[in-house]
Amino acid sequence: MAVAEARSWIGVAKYEEDGGFPAEMGYVWTSLSSVENGNPLFWDEAVAEELAGGPMAPPSMLSAWFRPHNWAPGVSEPQVPLQVHFDLKETLGLPEAVMSDNVITFGEPVRPGDRITTRQVLRSVSDEKTTKLGTGRFWVIDVEYHTQDDTWVGTESYTGFGYRREADAGPERPGATATPGGEHGDP
Amino acid sequence: MSLRLSEVTVGDELPELAYDVTATTVVLGALATRDWRPMHHDYKFATERNGTQDIFLNTPNQAAWFERFLTDWTGPKGRLGQLRFRMLSSVFPEDRMVLTGTVTAVTTDDDGGGWVDVDLALKVGDRTCTTGHARIAVPTTEDDNPWARRGDTWRPFPPE
Repeated sequence: MAVAEARSWIGVAKYEEDGGFPAEMGYVWTSLSSVENGNPLFWDEAVAEELAGGPMAPPSMLSAWFRPHNWAPGVSEPQVPLQVHFDLKETLGLPEAVMSDNVITFGEPVRPGDRITTRQVLRSVSDEKTTKLGTGRFWVIDVEYHTQDDTWVGTESYTGFGYRREADAGPERPGATATPGGEHGDP
Repeated sequence: MSLRLSEVTVGDELPELAYDVTATTVVLGALATRDWRPMHHDYKFATERNGTQDIFLNTPNQAAWFERFLTDWTGPKGRLGQLRFRMLSSVFPEDRMVLTGTVTAVTTDDDGGGWVDVDLALKVGDRTCTTGHARIAVPTTEDDNPWARRGDTWRPFPPE
């Protein structure tokens, strides 16, 4: 049974992957620049040394160290982040999905040269629910982030809702297609 | 230089951050977070495939905006422990986004670490685009430094 199969994944670490490149300050400064964040902790080496023992990345950059390149040699298919989300859609036969809540918990700081690995862990799959979008199930997936020496640097927890639209629901709701990262969520 | 726990009270409002979003804001934010998906840089894709009115801010970049908003207030010793948010509506070029925050709890953990809980919102006019909640560590004394906490003394998860 599909639900039993999906629930058998709960607590199992899947898709352990290396981010593919080391954290580096050039990207940190680009990120800070994008939000005009002048925090001296990230711009001033003396402040970084005094407060944090050296340079590091802002915590909110966590997911950047894992997002795959748009293109890489030898990779023919675009890599999909949060693969467990797509596995659930397929296994449960739920063609549509939205992401709603996103919780990020931050551990040790990521520092230049760190290589981040991730693993995805399904935490729960709900009983069937009906919302204004359709009938389906909620699920929670954790993405755990560690450095090359297995230091925990953070966990992102995503709540998704996979569903089938009602036959008379009309045109697709703008932006309601699955987008891990959750640009549109309001199940 | 940095806010101390004793200077914070439940109900305090953080200094508001207002910012006029442009297409550059959206595209730079997406690329800075290594998010290559076209709805964050391709107007035609966003409007014709996603059905949105324009390209729009991506989630990790909103996290970066919230971090900046919080540490503008705390100073460099402020260390983000947890950030929770829910996207309700999108932020587009030509929107003037306003980030607000209200302190909901001021606590210390079992190791004496100081924590401030803040309810967050990102609005465009009367439209609430994102709501959220942050748990951020701030120093309890002049000599305290949340960045010095390691291992079990760093407690970013809220108590059960």
